[in-house]
Amino acid sequence: MIEVQQITKRYGQHTALDCVSFSVAKGEVLAFLGPNGAGKTTAMRILTCFMPATEGMARVAGFDCADQPMEVKRRIGYLPETPPVYQELTVTEYLQFVGRLRGLSGNILTSSMQREIERLGLGAVQHRLIGNLSRGYRQRVGLAQALLHDPQVLILDEPTVGLDPKQIIEIRELIKNLAGSHSVILSTHILPEATAVCQRVVIISGGRIVAEDTPEQLSARLRQSEKISLTLKSPAADTDSRLKTVPGVQNVFTSGDSSTFLLECELGRDVREEVAHLAVTSGWGLLELKAISMTLEDVFLQLTRHEEGLAPDAVVASVEPTGQPV
Amino acid sequence: MTPVQAIIAKELRSYFVSPVVYAVGAVFLLIVGLLAYLYVVFAGAQAIQLMQVQGSAQINLNDLVFRNLFASTRFILLIVLPILTMRLFAEERKLRTFEFLLTSPVGINEIVAGKFMSVFLVFLGLLGLTGIMPLVLALFCDFDWYPVLTGYLGLVLLGALFLSVGVLASALTENQIVAAFVSIGLLLVLWLLAGLGSLLGDTALGQAVSYLSFMEHYDHLVRGLIDTKDLVYFFSSLALMLFLAHRVVDSARWK
Repeated sequence: MIEVQQITKRYGQHTALDCVSFSVAKGEVLAFLGPNGAGKTTAMRILTCFMPATEGMARVAGFDCADQPMEVKRRIGYLPETPPVYQELTVTEYLQFVGRLRGLSGNILTSSMQREIERLGLGAVQHRLIGNLSRGYRQRVGLAQALLHDPQVLILDEPTVGLDPKQIIEIRELIKNLAGSHSVILSTHILPEATAVCQRVVIISGGRIVAEDTPEQLSARLRQSEKISLTLKSPAADTDSRLKTVPGVQNVFTSGDSSTFLLECELGRDVREEVAHLAVTSGWGLLELKAISMTLEDVFLQLTRHEEGLAPDAVVASVEPTGQPV
Repeated sequence: MTPVQAIIAKELRSYFVSPVVYAVGAVFLLIVGLLAYLYVVFAGAQAIQLMQVQGSAQINLNDLVFRNLFASTRFILLIVLPILTMRLFAEERKLRTFEFLLTSPVGINEIVAGKFMSVFLVFLGLLGLTGIMPLVLALFCDFDWYPVLTGYLGLVLLGALFLSVGVLASALTENQIVAAFVSIGLLLVLWLLAGLGSLLGDTALGQAVSYLSFMEHYDHLVRGLIDTKDLVYFFSSLALMLFLAHRVVDSARWK
């Protein structure tokens, strides 16, 4: 349904997106995860035909964003970062305007408006000026706007921002219900949200895709191995290889100052005792030994931490030992 | 309802729920009314003077009232219309609805046309209200309606040109004050081109510069002269301004 191939977007010297490719199948929900300024919004703006890509190709529902923007726009519902509402209109007036812009009229317009007002719980405020509504209600009006013409593709830029926890759950439910019949891309920096509603997660950082996976595969990879961090005062040259001989240890990586080691071990096997014993008997000066539990947040931080002069492959590779492209 | 009509309806709604139209309308009508009153009183004074000198007086209201009034209204429009147009695009950009508008399945030409038409309708409404002055004068005295009507045609065309400049200025910035200021500046430059043209005299360059200003074209209409050349000027400059606004809106996406 959505196909993006090697999209690059430059603003003068600054590269906002660098050779980004991904695709979304019909009925799939994809999450864009990334820190602020990663390029999530830029990618969405290109898909919604707000701005053209510098290079590359983006297609929505088989139409090229650059060549047939009207066809693309007709099939997309878009909620930008700031809900695009007119404060001087009431909720109904606003939705009416939106519907007419998209060519809805008569009974279809009325029933679509009714459907969205009901779906997003706007009944109580439908005749109030949007300017007088709270942030959460405005966000819901923005969502109603995106859904009004029942588009095949939904692009939601941080859809749950500004909502209270109950509303967040409702909106997530709503998005889950839309999956199947709609293709959805949503951006977020809330990780549980991504795993809660999405079939696939794309982690984007510094304009590049650093990881892409399904939440299931992600957690499978997460559980692939136990990890132990070991800090030694005076490691010997053969420390790596001797650590590898400990039964259960699969892989050993040195990190940073070469006195800290990262041990990847068999699932469900705690090798700390053996490792401690080895370190002590070898006289390496054991300073620290701890099991690392990788949370999604850790993975995310590690993946998106910007390291100067690091090629994208290197980023992925440096992450690979800890093993969690989300 | 077509998208253009939807935009017009929405813009009109926005105009009339905000105090801007009421404030601008009140000031515009007050000043035009006051000027009309002054010109009529001056004409009356002149008539009394003529009476005393010649014993009888035949004064020409078209010359004494309407031509002056049309000349003054030109300046009032120059100040007032940019206040009406300044919000059209600047506000959309400020409030981040610009992105929504441009990702709707509506062409930029439809957006520009809708916005221009909406403010043009507001302007026609205000101008229509000034029609009460010739109507009231017609009750008490005789004058030639023809130059009054061509004068109004001139005002409509002039207003359309001013509004299109305002639309262009509003597309250039997200600050409404800057938008208003830029359009007033542009219009003053267009105005002063007439002076520059007459300074250059009857040379080809002088004529070309004078042609660029709206002054002589508008004056022809106020004097009751409908010349195709003037109509071509107004329609082509209007089209050019709206085309430039279209380009500016389009290019705003690239930044």
